[in-house]
Amino acid sequence: MGLPNASEDLSSEMEVDAFRRLFPLRYFERHLAESIRPDGRPLGKSRETSIFLGAVSTANGSALVKIGSTTMLTAIKMEVMTPSLESPDEGCLAVDFFMPPICSPIVRPGRPAEASPVVSKQLSDTISRHVFSRMIDLKELSLVSGKAAWMTYLDIYCLDADGALFDAALLSAVAALSHLRIPAVTMNDDGKIVLVSDEDGQNQAQEPVNKEKRKLTLRSIPFSLTCILHKNYIMADPTAEEESIFETHLTTVLDTSGQLISLYKPGGSVLAYTSAIQDCVALTRQRVKELKGLLEKENSAMEV
Amino acid sequence: MEIDRPDGRTPDQLRPLACSCSVLHRAHGSSSWAQGETKVLAAVYGPKAGTKKNENPEKASIEVIWKPKTGQIGKVEKEYEMILKKTLESICIRTIYPNTTTSVIVQASFVLSIGNVACYVLNDDGAVSYLKLLPCAINAACAALVDAGIPLKHLAVAICCSVTDSGSILLDPTKDEEEKLKARANLVFPNAIVSVLPDRSLQVGSEPMAHGIMTSVTQGAMSANDYLHCLERGRAASARLSEFLRKNIGLKSTSEGSKAG
Repeated sequence: MGLPNASEDLSSEMEVDAFRRLFPLRYFERHLAESIRPDGRPLGKSRETSIFLGAVSTANGSALVKIGSTTMLTAIKMEVMTPSLESPDEGCLAVDFFMPPICSPIVRPGRPAEASPVVSKQLSDTISRHVFSRMIDLKELSLVSGKAAWMTYLDIYCLDADGALFDAALLSAVAALSHLRIPAVTMNDDGKIVLVSDEDGQNQAQEPVNKEKRKLTLRSIPFSLTCILHKNYIMADPTAEEESIFETHLTTVLDTSGQLISLYKPGGSVLAYTSAIQDCVALTRQRVKELKGLLEKENSAMEV
Repeated sequence: MEIDRPDGRTPDQLRPLACSCSVLHRAHGSSSWAQGETKVLAAVYGPKAGTKKNENPEKASIEVIWKPKTGQIGKVEKEYEMILKKTLESICIRTIYPNTTTSVIVQASFVLSIGNVACYVLNDDGAVSYLKLLPCAINAACAALVDAGIPLKHLAVAICCSVTDSGSILLDPTKDEEEKLKARANLVFPNAIVSVLPDRSLQVGSEPMAHGIMTSVTQGAMSANDYLHCLERGRAASARLSEFLRKNIGLKSTSEGSKAG
């Protein structure tokens, strides 16, 4: 994958590494002309993706997701709460996204990363906005109507930020939700809801309130793909380096039923034409299939 | 279209627009933009020397400060600041004043004073979920940048399209309508350039430049086709919007100080 020789610039007399640092845009454009990216991927290909369910043993559901070297850890913790008066038979899901300083040299200790509230807002729009959400029925998080429901804290930690943060965060969130096992609870003599613990012989005699529904039904699962638009090229799943060089990003979220959940393009110098949008949607469709298969494989491996 | 909108508009009709420039005399440029009851005030200061950390000093940078109607700013406002910043940066010619920062301050639903009665109108009708403010803010910020004389490549016009359960598309929905909708898309289009260049130079591939989208933020689930329909309808309406914007910002150069409304 050597650089093609050209006479008009310094690239023929300069070390590849120096050229990459001094003229990053030109370095990338050279690759793009050959339909390949510096890490050896074709333009539309995502990085290698892995899902590891149950990474946190103390959480009710958790997942560790890697897309290339972007790493996200999601853990879900459930607590019993009293539901609000407006929605007495619904539980609650709170999504939080953290970018600690270990994840990237750009994030400094003490001051929050710029990207973090944006990703967090996008995530909660996709997962938990109950007006729009088609993924989870919050009624499933109810225990006793008007009395008790589950408060679900879904926390996503970015351990390594190497581009496509939203994609990795969303994947880890849905993976953790698919891994979630709702703890068994029982009502004690005072009418309070308490957790059933395995050692406690006294409680075991009592019937759990939520015997049958111990797993959330995920109706349609959203998956996303971020693409970079540059001239006529579309690069899927960018690394942090690519994200810093090209400013136009387009994130498409599709769910497993093929609906478009979000098409997110915050500005950028390249305009998205209809053809480019259709290409991005097509790429995402492919990616959804891939990720769905991967998630199902991991989940069935857990069952065994 | 047989859908009746509560306010008697056709599906493609926008709410009444109002735009006035140079409304603040201390700011280098300012404008207020109202769409029905949704009002946004934008002020521009700068370009000031120096860029912030993590910005490219070889280019002019833009800083956006979003002031909500009440209270502290949260995640939503942070996100809007980011979207506005990226959108405005893409219309500015950023190589002209390198190493400078231009501040754009956006005040959602500002205080209007009418006559000698200070009338505190704090409206964000239609902004029940806040998303509706974004198009107004982009339009206001764009007019304010022109007012401040910041060099721009072209204007940007923002529009909100929404999809009903039956799949038909309404433009610029109000708060009441919003509750019945399944999805919404905020789209920002570039304003068609009026230039002496031959038409061909503004074409990118087979599509004219004004057909590309600069920014897209959506909420809710829709099919990909619905989205493309939104694009089409939004595009058509954006032509009217940009006409309006151009007319209003043009006023200033011919008759200084004349304010619409």
